[in-house]
Amino acid sequence: MSTIAVARELPPGVHPEPTSFWRKYIFSLDHKVIGKQYLFYSLSMLVVGGLLATLVRWQLAWPGRPIGFMGKLAPEGMPNGVMLPEFYNSLFTMHATIMIFFAIMPILIGAFGNFVVPLQIGARDMAFPWLNMFSFWTAVPAAVIIIWSFFVTGGAAQSGWTSYAPLSAIMPKGQTLWLISLLVLGISSLLTAVNIITTIINLRAPGMTFFRLPLTVWALFITAILLLLALPVLSGAMIMLLFDRLLGTTFFLPKGLIISGQPLTNAGGGQALLWQHLFWFFGHPEVYIMILPAMGITSEILPVFSRKPIFGYRAMAYSIMGIAGLGWIVWGHHMFMSGMNPILGTTFMISTMVIAVPSAIKVFNWLGTLWGGSIRFTTPMLNALAFVSMFVIGGLSGIFMASTPVDIFIHDTYFIVGHIHYVLFGGSLFGAFAGLYFWYPKMFGRKMSERWGKIHFTLTFIAYNCVFFPMHFLGMRGMQRRIYDYTQYAHLKGLQPMNQFMTISLFVLGAAQVILVLNFFLSMRRGERVGPNPWKANTLEWQTASPPPHENFAEIPTIYRGPYEYSAPERGADDHWPQNEPPSQRAVTAHG
Amino acid sequence: MTRVTPPARGVRIGFAALAAVAFPSLASALPFWLRLPENVSTFGGKIDSLFYLILWITGAIFVLVEVLLIYFLIRYRHREGRPAHYTHGSNRLEVIWTIVPAIICVVLALLSRRSWAEIKQNMPQGAMNVEITAEQFAWNIRYPGPDGKLETADDVVTLNQLHFPVGRPLIVTLHSKDVIHSFFLPEFRVKQDAVPGMTTRIWLEATRVGHWEIVCAELCGLGHYRMKGFVTVETPEEFDRWLAETAREASS
Repeated sequence: MSTIAVARELPPGVHPEPTSFWRKYIFSLDHKVIGKQYLFYSLSMLVVGGLLATLVRWQLAWPGRPIGFMGKLAPEGMPNGVMLPEFYNSLFTMHATIMIFFAIMPILIGAFGNFVVPLQIGARDMAFPWLNMFSFWTAVPAAVIIIWSFFVTGGAAQSGWTSYAPLSAIMPKGQTLWLISLLVLGISSLLTAVNIITTIINLRAPGMTFFRLPLTVWALFITAILLLLALPVLSGAMIMLLFDRLLGTTFFLPKGLIISGQPLTNAGGGQALLWQHLFWFFGHPEVYIMILPAMGITSEILPVFSRKPIFGYRAMAYSIMGIAGLGWIVWGHHMFMSGMNPILGTTFMISTMVIAVPSAIKVFNWLGTLWGGSIRFTTPMLNALAFVSMFVIGGLSGIFMASTPVDIFIHDTYFIVGHIHYVLFGGSLFGAFAGLYFWYPKMFGRKMSERWGKIHFTLTFIAYNCVFFPMHFLGMRGMQRRIYDYTQYAHLKGLQPMNQFMTISLFVLGAAQVILVLNFFLSMRRGERVGPNPWKANTLEWQTASPPPHENFAEIPTIYRGPYEYSAPERGADDHWPQNEPPSQRAVTAHG
Repeated sequence: MTRVTPPARGVRIGFAALAAVAFPSLASALPFWLRLPENVSTFGGKIDSLFYLILWITGAIFVLVEVLLIYFLIRYRHREGRPAHYTHGSNRLEVIWTIVPAIICVVLALLSRRSWAEIKQNMPQGAMNVEITAEQFAWNIRYPGPDGKLETADDVVTLNQLHFPVGRPLIVTLHSKDVIHSFFLPEFRVKQDAVPGMTTRIWLEATRVGHWEIVCAELCGLGHYRMKGFVTVETPEEFDRWLAETAREASS
């Protein structure tokens, strides 16, 4: 990796400042506008995904109890308000699909990736502005198709977000739309990945070497590479599944299938497990695609509000690479119970255990960053700290399922559901919240209300743990995931009170998000106005106006130091040291 | 400091809970949802010990990290006139906290490997054989008839009723007719997917007689939640009687 920054800035005026409403706000080429578009997109889908989860949890708390108005809203899935099992299956399938592909990925990569990367590396825009606009406008029809799928005959996809074949090959039409939607969205993600990689390699400002990059940029760089390499595998598998469904191929259909007493005449020659291998070869890197950017955001925010350099910058960068590298050889741990050769299971167990190490390195370095700091408890900081403390739980619970014998018992139980929510909500979503509160002033020129931000944080943090921690206990009792009515099993009956507690906590969690939505919109008008650098941060996005002007910087900055030089002794009372501030006059004359 | 604080009640309860998790004999003092269900298979105890071992290790790391986190947050909160300590890290610490977790993880992997091989790789001698074919949404269970062999004319077939004798290993050959199902016996610590187009063999052995349920653990369609079967473990004499009776009913 070259340590000499390549300064190939876009010529000024490569896309002149638009004046019409359409070009400025809708079909904009400006990475900042596109970042905000992704932000609105992902937050809306977050609300949809959350509402679906609420229905799932309603059924788990009070199986079969009707919800009157749902009888009118979804007469086919919930006649007279009573949920049917196939509708329940659609709900959790779509909850996961929407949260993973339409909420978490776009907010971390689309919104923050777009908004933050060019600013932090000192570029005027992304490398391919037009492609960037195209990416966003490809993601929109994907969302339309996935929502539309609720209204087709047979309802939305109902074979889980993992869509294991052959089930996914024989399900109603909603599954086809699910495949088409994700294929379209895949194009959007691939283009974004190419754009982010090119931008970071080519458009770094003079002096911005790789080891002076903010860790958010490092994380998004590696994430984009993972995306570029993993997503085509999923797309390939989905095209094969689409062919199985529509064109009579049998990639995933073995010989002799009998569905409801009827032989499936075209079946033969396929392999059911092939889907799982392809899906998880994408699916495990996907988990890191969703967590690495949040790790980057956390690594960005902890130094700012500890007023201290990040502990072990290089170790942090290398551990991101370590996670990304090992992430390719662990997919089999999703398949320990699939009938895959048990000896293969052992090798996947070892690689999975090893991938815990770079995550541990990151956690210890975050602790090291806090050690000896001068810590300010702002809202972004609180959310970043929640990321650290909750990701630890999600990381450690992963060790249980990495151990093949233990996985025999907890595989496909709520223990797994608890684990993934500690990674994706406790990790990714708290990271996203942290980033939102942190960069909001840069995006909109005003701060979000700190007071309401703290109320939102406190309620979310408590309610979140009340919803998700008990999932580990449900799993320990053997309650399987994706189950419409567990009360008919003798060994699970006693778990209903706990499920009710979790659902009521979810209502609190949902209500807390109303505060976030209000704070988000009201602060655009009424928030405290801020200057360029309200947090006294060092990275380049804070060295230009809030919000930044078209093409970001009046003049492309030159970079003299790393991103986290806080509280340097030679700076005296000034505890920050912007990356682009020329060395002091004294130092210049001493060297000159 | 001369003031002595009595140990907080919560801390004592916490320790009691941890101790009980560590020593299964005390575990019955815990609420049921803090315990794994009763184990009734010969190898289940090994799975449970590994579970509790990992719980202890990860629990200790969890407590260490969270206590340090909270301590740092209080100790190093912003105070006027106290600047942050300027440091970029420590290579020695990086090496330590890379190697220690790596050793713990590799040891856990090695410990797991032995039990895994015993449970999933090596089939026991002198076992009884049954063949289970899963379909949406039922378990077809085929027993060898008097000739002791499967796939012969005298086989006995039941729907959702798995009977086997206590004290003798049972080898289950799993198939599926349609989609993927997963044969899950929570109390036996047994789980194995039944995949169409594939034959998978697993074994188990009960430690006592009793009645339990078969659960489908892999989403298999709208009736997935009610794909329930029943396990009856009985004495060899009772089992032989049951099999003979079931065979008679089937032929009449």
